Amino acid sequence: MKPAPSIIFFTVASGAGYGLLFWLGVLKPLGLLPASSLFGATAAIIALALITAGLCSSLLHLGRPERAWRALSQWRTSWLSREGVAAILTFLPATVFLISLAHGETALMVPAGLLSAVGAAVTVYCTGMIYASLKPVKEWYHPMVAPGYLLFASFSGASLLAMLAIFWGGGFFPALVAAALGMAALMFKRAYWASVDATPAASTRETATGLGFIGKVRPLESPHTEANYLLREMVFRVGRVHAAKLRSIALLLGFALPALLFCVAIILGGGASWVFGLLAAASALAGLLVERWLIFAEATHTVALYYPTQR
Amino acid sequence: MTSLPSPAPGAKKLGLVIDLDTCVGCHACATNCKEWNTSGHMAPLPDQHPYSAAQEGVWFNRVHAYEAGDGDEGRTVHFPRSCLHCETPACVTVCPTGASYKRAEDGIVLVNTDMCIGCQLCAWACPYGARELDEDQGVMKKCTLCVDRIYNETIPEDRRVPACVSTCPANARHFGDLGDPNSDVSKLVAERGGYELMPEMGYQPVNRYLPPRNASSQVKTAPKEAGPLPSQITNPLLRWMDKVLSR
Repeated sequence: MKPAPSIIFFTVASGAGYGLLFWLGVLKPLGLLPASSLFGATAAIIALALITAGLCSSLLHLGRPERAWRALSQWRTSWLSREGVAAILTFLPATVFLISLAHGETALMVPAGLLSAVGAAVTVYCTGMIYASLKPVKEWYHPMVAPGYLLFASFSGASLLAMLAIFWGGGFFPALVAAALGMAALMFKRAYWASVDATPAASTRETATGLGFIGKVRPLESPHTEANYLLREMVFRVGRVHAAKLRSIALLLGFALPALLFCVAIILGGGASWVFGLLAAASALAGLLVERWLIFAEATHTVALYYPTQR
Repeated sequence: MTSLPSPAPGAKKLGLVIDLDTCVGCHACATNCKEWNTSGHMAPLPDQHPYSAAQEGVWFNRVHAYEAGDGDEGRTVHFPRSCLHCETPACVTVCPTGASYKRAEDGIVLVNTDMCIGCQLCAWACPYGARELDEDQGVMKKCTLCVDRIYNETIPEDRRVPACVSTCPANARHFGDLGDPNSDVSKLVAERGGYELMPEMGYQPVNRYLPPRNASSQVKTAPKEAGPLPSQITNPLLRWMDKVLSR
């Protein structure tokens, strides 16, 4: 599948934003974060800014962005529609949460924070299910895809929260959460790749053409000499040339390095540790951009079976 | 609404039956489809750079060619590919706007291009590559089963078939109600062992493909030589002529 920059940015930015909102909404009421209202408000503003920027970016992927409001209507069947509804509904408690954080209103903060956390989790789950429900793409139609979106969003959100909390001098617990999630994400992604690589696609050229009863099927002539929408959108193959290296980069930059840097920040404590927190969060987001690029670039669509194999 | 209509027993299921035994790969179906539909229900079918290198455009029908099997059993098969008007089309249920829909009355899958936002999720959801984006209008387009021909009372009744069917010079394309077991197309499918593409996807396509007939049932002896080789000529006059002319 073609890795569209608008969608890669959307899922990484909104994922991190919702992850940040989730952990802020859960940990703030528990009193495990710096008490400063400036910290709370800054974290909430960053979360909402990332979410909004991501959602705006997703509109760039549409052929008719001005009609985007129509996407809220078909939540009964469409995960994309559900994602849109969940994203908009989450803005309600999140706005209340932001205001309560800025004013130090503890009575409102707890329910608004918890509702924001639920909204964030539901929205990211819907994002994951958009991909996990697409049968023609075997790398996506996989039980680990939707949980993966949740895990990576919660990890990147925890990384941002840890970075901010370290800066405000109360980063021990969030840094611990971020480091643990980083290691979990690393193992999860490795397990996902192992599973996907070992699973043969359900469909073959033989089932796609129904000619398997004759023997092996080989494409002889393409229906058209030039490219077309299908080839550009769904038969993208560039990613697989460097897939092995990019996978290592995603694991190291995205998960291993941030986990290590957060551990260093915890051990060091004190003045200079915020530098490590900042580097860890930046590394996590950069690694996740690579990971998300691979999610598209490595995904194979059954329509490719109809066309000659290309590099 | 992108919820699928609940299937009524005996409901009409209009679709195509494509005979891979007789298809000669002439692309007439694809060309006539483009011709009709570029001014039809889902018009236009735009072309990008039509008069220069890298010209391409939206087509509802694409004709592939494959080699299947090896040796005497091997076959070259021409293979037209278009929307199969599935009974459980995920292209419809994934649509966030309700622009994609499946008609309850005849099972045709259509797009309301006035509501489509061009998110392209339906194209991703289709295993068969039946949907193509109109990059000029930013909306998705697809085969309409010539809904504007088959019910069109301004054209003679015997020509109320999809453009691809009406034009096929090899009579390799058939149109009819596959929900009715007594229709001509259903009988043809039953008789010839018509099959669906990628049944493992579970989309339950309505269109059927008729398999190429068994190669082993055809005469397999090597064709006779048109005449003897020069070394086998016995007539002395002809041998002499062959010698002279071979100099």
